[in-house]
Amino acid sequence: MTDRPGLTPSQTVGPFLSLGLPWPDGPDVVPDDTPGAIHIGGIVFDGAGEPVFDAVVETWQADPAGHFDHPESSSRTGFRGFGRCPTDGDGHWEIRTLKPGPVDGQAPHVDVSVFARGLLDRVVTRIYFPDETAANAADPVLAAVPAARRATLVAVDHGRGDLRFDIRLQGDGETVFFTV
Amino acid sequence: MSRPAPFSLPPDGTHPPLAYSAYRSAGLRAPAQPPVLLPHRLTEVTGPLLGADRIGPSDHDLTTQHAGEPIGQRIVVSGRVLDSDGRPVPDTLVEVWQANAAGRYAHARDNWPAPLDPNFTGGGRVLTDSTGTWSFTTIRPGAYPWGNHHNAWRPAHIHFSLFGTSFAQRLVTQMYFPDDPLFGQDPIFNSVPDADARQRMVSSFDLDATRAEWALAFRWDIVLRGREQTPFEEPHDD
Ligand SMILES: [Fe+3]
Repeated sequence: MTDRPGLTPSQTVGPFLSLGLPWPDGPDVVPDDTPGAIHIGGIVFDGAGEPVFDAVVETWQADPAGHFDHPESSSRTGFRGFGRCPTDGDGHWEIRTLKPGPVDGQAPHVDVSVFARGLLDRVVTRIYFPDETAANAADPVLAAVPAARRATLVAVDHGRGDLRFDIRLQGDGETVFFTV
Repeated sequence: MSRPAPFSLPPDGTHPPLAYSAYRSAGLRAPAQPPVLLPHRLTEVTGPLLGADRIGPSDHDLTTQHAGEPIGQRIVVSGRVLDSDGRPVPDTLVEVWQANAAGRYAHARDNWPAPLDPNFTGGGRVLTDSTGTWSFTTIRPGAYPWGNHHNAWRPAHIHFSLFGTSFAQRLVTQMYFPDDPLFGQDPIFNSVPDADARQRMVSSFDLDATRAEWALAFRWDIVLRGREQTPFEEPHDD
């Protein structure tokens, strides 16, 4: 026997996560008066194309200079970097944030966790930006994704700082999910 | 360029498979395509370091969040957050939510006919201390039926959410109570393939932490992924 303790397994958040996880300011990675703020949001769909109304979407990202508010990054920046938004009755989630900068040779991206009833573990995906064609083409994570499915990881620009990122858990156009 | 040391992959059988047909809700929600491996880079080894500003004055004691006391058996639930190298995770946010003593959630979509308790909402938050220790006071949640299969009952449990220090360590799980007769028929508990791992979700009765004339106590340590020791060198620069 070693002293290494075994990992605690994952379990589903179940249908009542809204009792424990949402914060009033969860979707506000930055306050609403922040210059250059953008909105990223969309709908979480199940395999029948129905909206998932009891999920929570969490995001983690660098600041516009590519730094994380974390001792392993270049500095403590004060940029929260974390967003959390439960889906509403229409399956819709949305955060307000700043576009991240490139990180260590990767295109600007946002890491995403989705938790929901029916998911025994979180699923992880990444949001990339539609105005970063060259950087996306050189990104090592996108390069590992089958070409035909890469588009599921790129948000759609709706103009005026409004980006759409739907998450399809299963079926046609299924979002690419990662093992982290 | 060198990458930061990654967090070690969980041993097979630790986490449930997403596609698990005995759990009906997984049917239309579990992804059908195989996941793509994402080697850890800076985004994955960093994560939100949420602090005491996330904690309200009665978030650690779910029995004091209303004018009166909730109905039920008062309990203290405590433990440590560790990583799989045995190191404590200090100053990390722990979030919980649970049903009341009758097994009913204070949630609009929970409509099974057990009584709501006006003095119990069932949500809490604490930060671990410098030794990774956390503690909540609450009431023991009841089991509840959930319609997954004929006569399906969830064993009593408390939902837990953990952050650790990195995106890679994020974990949502459930804590169970010792010797629950409902384990055998519960597909969520049994979705964890490894029997030892499954038992790690079960708390133990903690006589030392009981409070005389006041509360029973249960202990549960939570173990997040540890770090591999050496930084990973990229095979080539490009
Ligand atoms: Fe539950």
